Amino acid sequence: MNMPAQTPAPVPDAPLLLVEDLKCRFEVSKPFLNRVIEREPRRWLKAVDGVSFTIDRGETFALVGESGCGKSTVARLIVGLYEASDGRIVFDGRDLGQLQSEAERQRIRRRFQMIFQDPFASLNPRWRVERIIAEPIRVFGLLNDDAAIRARVGELLTQVGLSPADGRKFPHEFSGGQRQRICIARALANNPEFLVCDEPTSALDVSVQAQILNLMQDLQDELGLTYLFISHDLAVVRHMADRVGVMYLGRLVEVADSRTLFENPQHPYTRMLLATIPDIKMEGKRHEIVRGEVPNPITPPPGCTFHPRCPLVNDRCRSEAPHLLPTARGHLAACHAIEEGRQ
Amino acid sequence: MKPPAHNQPAGNTPLLSVRNLRIEFPTRRGTLVAIDDVSFDIARGEVLGMVGESGAGKSLTGAAIIGLLEPPGRIAAGEVLLDGEPIHTLPAERMRKIRGRRISMIFQDPLTSLNPLYTVGRQITETILTHRDIGEAAARKRAIELLAEVGIPAPDQRVDHYPHQFSGGMRQRVVIALALCAEPELIIADEPTTALDVSVQAQIIDLLKRLCRDHHTAVMLVTHDMGVIAEAADRVAVMYAGRLAEIGPVRAVVQQPQHPYTRGLMGSIPVLGADVHRLVQIDGAMPRLNAIPPGCAFNPRCTEAFARCRS
Ligand SMILES: Nc1ncnc2c1ncn2[C@@H]1O[C@H](COP(=O)(O)OP(=O)(O)OP(=O)(O)O)[C@@H](O)[C@H]1O
Ligand SMILES: Nc1ncnc2c1ncn2[C@@H]1O[C@H](COP(=O)(O)OP(=O)(O)O)[C@@H](O)[C@H]1O
Ligand code: SF4
Ligand SMILES: [Mg+2]
Ligand SMILES: [Mg+2]
Repeated sequence: MNMPAQTPAPVPDAPLLLVEDLKCRFEVSKPFLNRVIEREPRRWLKAVDGVSFTIDRGETFALVGESGCGKSTVARLIVGLYEASDGRIVFDGRDLGQLQSEAERQRIRRRFQMIFQDPFASLNPRWRVERIIAEPIRVFGLLNDDAAIRARVGELLTQVGLSPADGRKFPHEFSGGQRQRICIARALANNPEFLVCDEPTSALDVSVQAQILNLMQDLQDELGLTYLFISHDLAVVRHMADRVGVMYLGRLVEVADSRTLFENPQHPYTRMLLATIPDIKMEGKRHEIVRGEVPNPITPPPGCTFHPRCPLVNDRCRSEAPHLLPTARGHLAACHAIEEGRQ
Repeated sequence: MKPPAHNQPAGNTPLLSVRNLRIEFPTRRGTLVAIDDVSFDIARGEVLGMVGESGAGKSLTGAAIIGLLEPPGRIAAGEVLLDGEPIHTLPAERMRKIRGRRISMIFQDPLTSLNPLYTVGRQITETILTHRDIGEAAARKRAIELLAEVGIPAPDQRVDHYPHQFSGGMRQRVVIALALCAEPELIIADEPTTALDVSVQAQIIDLLKRLCRDHHTAVMLVTHDMGVIAEAADRVAVMYAGRLAEIGPVRAVVQQPQHPYTRGLMGSIPVLGADVHRLVQIDGAMPRLNAIPPGCAFNPRCTEAFARCRS
């Protein structure tokens, strides 16, 4: 038995999620006294530095990039685990920063959920699985009588490929993949429309990853879910996403539909990332040069932050930051070389 | 009686030969067999990839070869031959010599191999001095050369820096320099790129490949990532539940896997350009050591299993 969805009539063409010029900075200064003695200013790390994108209903939008580029921070900002320093997050037409009442916040919060990378850390080891999955149902008060909740938990467990009897067990009795299934069941408990999935399979072996990715696709087909899918694995992103945003040091450098991005990457960083994908079928692929490492985000290079690693760098790149602009191929890229047509 | 050395040209002693290796862990509830009847060879200058899910037994196999198996784990049967000589029976002291000089190790986390209190130059220099008969100045010069060889910019300055002053990728380069300084015949690299970013991983793999070619060093490359194997290895051994499921030239295993487990594994990996709607799914999970089924360890998950597989 399903709960009533309680969704107000959606605006048909508007994106389900709109993120506009989102920024988040963390203070990384030394303690106050050291700062005074060593005459150092306060220091900030711009984890997310002006990110904008939209996600349509039923779509999978992926964020991809190397460690520390700000993917998880974007995810946590959207679900409200971090507070934005600047920018807007609009869900189904409502600005999440402008919600009027606690009741309204609750109504919106129920409609999106997050799944984390580490299925071990995100489950309370002392609770039985049935209690873990029932918790969000109780918090949002959508079902109140115990029998109904138990039936719903059984239904959720079945939906993610476990059995209702598994509800009596504790998390440690399950393998990594099964624990991620439990996390998914918990995330689905209140019939959300939108799931933020932060590296949901990065901690799993590939064969288990395949099980979870297949499950996520089945659930999307069945329930019409919308995904923000975060991963550093480009082949996984290609397999899962409809559209992809590539991040580098807190910014989006390229956004395109998945096929275009992988077949016709425009931004020099995207091209470099694609060159790192192992040629697993050993069909002999061209090798672009991969060089350098992501710089320290506390002191990012001036201008285009990719310029120390870029084969197309010129003087303008060293001083002026490029903006995300539409390219001739109809996607978005932030690169002077593309804008100037010198590729 | 010695079993025949398969996958190896006859008449050529392989650099490393692992024969019928069995590793056991005695526990209160009985003996766990973590590695069961594993045999393979590595030729001089060859890169053997060792791939499998976590818990398949890759690291244990590596540890057994270099004599670093933690008790109560023990080699219960089989042998490890280096250049035809058994090394699994050597006393600890002699094994330690082999470990520094003829076989070296690279681990996943570069910090486990580096001492945070010493400059990288001092660590490399000391290792060179223990293994080679040269003076301090020459050793330092060699250390700088090695740092240059593994792609550290401005090595003559970086040689005096401490590990924490390097990025993760740079640290792994330093560890590789450290592993190379005794000019070993075999390097056992256990998940050397797992902790690194993809762009750094690609560079480290290229580096390992180039160095092994230049120095004619053999490598046992342990990883859970088939992509890394495809890029770097000559042959690959696929492990499952403490056993070898399949071993062969990389191209053959990747393009025409024979074992149903390897076939499932290859199908479960998303591949660019393949445009499959659904990934191949191997249902279930690798069994725990105390519940390995009789017969072929993979049989309960295998779509092709028949009566003989179960006994
Ligand atoms: N609470 C925090 N305080 C200070 N810095 C932070 C905090 N959270 C994240 N950062 C920094 O912000 C940057 C972006 O981090 P984030 O976790 O979003 O990266 P990511 O893209 O998810 O990386 P990964 O692939 O490693 O998960 C990093 O430089 C990180 O060190
Ligand atoms: N000290 C130990 N006691 C009992 N079992 C162990 C011990 N060390 C490893 N094992 C078991 O041996 C198997 C192989 O481990 P390992 O070689 O580390 O796997 P891999 O490196 O392939 O992930 C695993 O099932 C692991 O749990
Ligand atoms: S803006 Fe300049 S440095 Fe940045 S990616 Fe484009 S060409 Fe390279
Ligand atoms: Mg993250
Ligand atoms: Mg291991």
